[in-house]
Amino acid sequence: MKNIMMRTKNENISKAKKNESNGENSNNNNTDHHFQLPIICDVDSLRKLIRKKTVRVVDVRKAEDYQQEHVPTAVSLPFAQLLEKDMPVGVIDILQDLSIVDKMPVVVYDDTFGALAARVAWTFQYVGHTNTALLEMTFSHWKNQGLETEKKINTFPKSQHSLNVNHNIHADASYVENAKDHPNKILVDARERLNFLTEHIPGAKNIPYTMVGANGNILRNAEEVKRFIENRGISTDSEIITYCGSVGTLSGLAYYALKLAGVKNVKLYSKSFREWKSLGKPKEEFKDANYWDLSAE
Amino acid sequence: MKKINTDVSSKHNSVSFPEPNPKWGREEETEVFAQKTKLFRQGKLSEDEFRRFRLQHGAYGSRLQMNYSMVRIKVPSGEITPTQIEKIASLSEAFSIGSAHVSTRQNIQLHWVQLEDVSEVMRGLVEVGLTTREACGNTVRNVMCSHFAGVCPDEEFDATPYAKAIARFFIRNPICQNLPRKFKVNFACCVKHGLVRIADIGLIPVIKAGVRGFKIYLGGGLGAASFIGHLLEDFTPQDKLLPTSMATIRLFDRHGNRENMARNRMRYLVHEIGWDKFQKMVLKERSIVEMTTAISTAKLFDVKIEEGTRELPKTVHTTTKLPMLHKQVTLDSSAYERWLHTNAVPQKQEGYFTVFITLGAGDITANQLRVLARTIRDFSVECTARNTPLQNFAIRYIHIDDLPDFYNRLASIGLANPGALTIASAVGCSGTTSCNLAITNSHRLAKEIQLKFLQLGLDTDDSLRDSTIKISGCPNSCGQHEIATIGFFGGASRIGTAMAPTYTMLFGGSAGEQGELGKAIMRIPAKRVIDTILTIIQLYKQERSSAETLNQWVDKIVRGDGRGSIKNIENMKARLIPVTQLRSVEEDPESYRDYGNDMKFSAKTARGECAA
Repeated sequence: MKNIMMRTKNENISKAKKNESNGENSNNNNTDHHFQLPIICDVDSLRKLIRKKTVRVVDVRKAEDYQQEHVPTAVSLPFAQLLEKDMPVGVIDILQDLSIVDKMPVVVYDDTFGALAARVAWTFQYVGHTNTALLEMTFSHWKNQGLETEKKINTFPKSQHSLNVNHNIHADASYVENAKDHPNKILVDARERLNFLTEHIPGAKNIPYTMVGANGNILRNAEEVKRFIENRGISTDSEIITYCGSVGTLSGLAYYALKLAGVKNVKLYSKSFREWKSLGKPKEEFKDANYWDLSAE
Repeated sequence: MKKINTDVSSKHNSVSFPEPNPKWGREEETEVFAQKTKLFRQGKLSEDEFRRFRLQHGAYGSRLQMNYSMVRIKVPSGEITPTQIEKIASLSEAFSIGSAHVSTRQNIQLHWVQLEDVSEVMRGLVEVGLTTREACGNTVRNVMCSHFAGVCPDEEFDATPYAKAIARFFIRNPICQNLPRKFKVNFACCVKHGLVRIADIGLIPVIKAGVRGFKIYLGGGLGAASFIGHLLEDFTPQDKLLPTSMATIRLFDRHGNRENMARNRMRYLVHEIGWDKFQKMVLKERSIVEMTTAISTAKLFDVKIEEGTRELPKTVHTTTKLPMLHKQVTLDSSAYERWLHTNAVPQKQEGYFTVFITLGAGDITANQLRVLARTIRDFSVECTARNTPLQNFAIRYIHIDDLPDFYNRLASIGLANPGALTIASAVGCSGTTSCNLAITNSHRLAKEIQLKFLQLGLDTDDSLRDSTIKISGCPNSCGQHEIATIGFFGGASRIGTAMAPTYTMLFGGSAGEQGELGKAIMRIPAKRVIDTILTIIQLYKQERSSAETLNQWVDKIVRGDGRGSIKNIENMKARLIPVTQLRSVEEDPESYRDYGNDMKFSAKTARGECAA
């Protein structure tokens, strides 16, 4: 916990470099003046970028929450709206509506422990907007820290954004199905333990989303997450496919946790277990214990 | 950012918060556990070897799924700080199922932890001074102490520091690394409270001619065959506490049965040798221990350093009680009054109360734990909690004026249910929710009973108040069914053409110095248990003589001294049989299934790990 809180700027810069080298799909235009964001954008960096007006901050909470107050200069993209247009062309539309141009730093935040923000950030990166980061904390936490907010509804003129789909970070059902024949392709289920025990895709390993965040930060520090996956005997050289229950939010957060821990090849099965089940694909179930009865809810 | 012990919002910020003693947990043990797990996964460590190691470090295999563990956190004497509670909350969220579970031996258990994450849980526990070391396996298990120790109006002195000193002396002690079987030590506060007769060593603090000491009982214990402990001598002065404990453990280590796992607890040894002889052996061994113990060894037993540093309100033996505690409450009483009546007990310190947190069979969510921790900081003068064998928490030193605010805070998160100290709060071991040995879902049954009884308002009925219901999912007694007024242990029976989950019902058990074991009465299908208990209560109401409690009435039936139409166990059975009958499995399939299952019942168990 100390480590997270004491994460230094240097560390973030080194992460930024790591991220850059991971940007398989970035254009060659390296002379660009845009600042390349790390995976996680810390508060100080974001505030600096906001002051310099060189960042697009995206608030993915409900529209009414955004209207109440938000991070200064933030634009609103309610998560449901993204899901409605969750195809590459639709997402490019969204980027353009939010006045995001190629390579512009984009920082996404939510109030759902980072899961919705992660899914949005992943989607932007999927259609080719590599320079996207997650704010290190949720909006509630931002507010609790006494950081500035505003009520002003921000709109910017529509922009142009190119489409450059990064197939390397996405998996569909048939890809997942074929992965089981490759020992170096590892399936990670990001749902909570009891859901995982009940049923999961055969061969999947469980890294519940609750493991990857801590103490108000949407993600723990890289060393901790790295230790978690090493404990599981997973090498950072493996290819990891994450999935969760329905639309890839919890697994989106796991996706970024794994990236942060240094796993180079991570993919998101964005349609996740809901699609898997609807396709009638095989499941592993565990029915020999009444573990749900331990829940105190 | 680490906010430990600096909570300025506390009402009692003039006094420093107790620092958890860092010595319980050790960082290096977490590393070793992680390494051993890897070696085991790589096939470089045999399953047996790893199991022994794992249990010695407090990780018990989960039901029919050895990739998961139940991590048992030792809470010596049950004393736990808000910071520790908060850490357990975070660990349960990150690595377990988002809730924690209070056991009947003052442990706190995290279930369904992936084996690979156990070391991470241990790492977190070390940060707050807790450990899982020797929580399972063949060693001295968590040393228990009555949750009333220090506040009980009937106690002669506070046994807590002695319990902690004993725990400290024996943890990681070489002799405790391979005992024939587990070994349990329980300290009481007085003759009434505590579990001294069902422990390997049970101790009641007494003062004789101005000298502190104990009445020590040896060789008790619950299980497939249960025994009540024997009194070693009239009085054991405190300077003989350590030698007596060492002598007993040495004898057990030397003579205990290492072959027959079903009969290797010390109580069997005592039974086989005979008490008179065993008693002489202990006294003799004690004199050898006294003669040979190095001073440096004896110094490791230090009661002084285990004493609390907080200044607490002075003891004033008083009869001042809240008016509500004497007044009968009903279903129409306010929620607050009902809660107060069934969950609060006056302390020997004037104006202060011990308040119990009602939980369902010991389950509590991470969010509830966090609110509980803050509430303890803000309201308890001693700023700690005790977890209890009733599977709940006792928060002590709540000032009478603070009770309403304390209640409101707890109510905000569902922790202010009534009935903690009544028949409504049934004890239930983890059963088929996580245990390899379980046959039935005792855990869920205990919760169902609580739900039903609170709905019916049975917690408000003072004639039922001192009666208890305790349930185990197999004959092995983790639910302590033998010391309940009405106890149950799980099994499987063929009824007609089908198997059904059933419970053997016991009557008339009790704890304390006069503790007695319950007598088995009859078998009851799992889905008929609630109706059976309600019928017993009904019969009691018809048959009782005026001021008699359910507890007293049941005892009379067991002795064959009943006054009305039910005189003995046989009469009772005859009256209950109609309630316990099932229709055929075709007509009523639901009654042949266990709680929490929509499938046909089958008794699946695997090897128990207690005796590994």
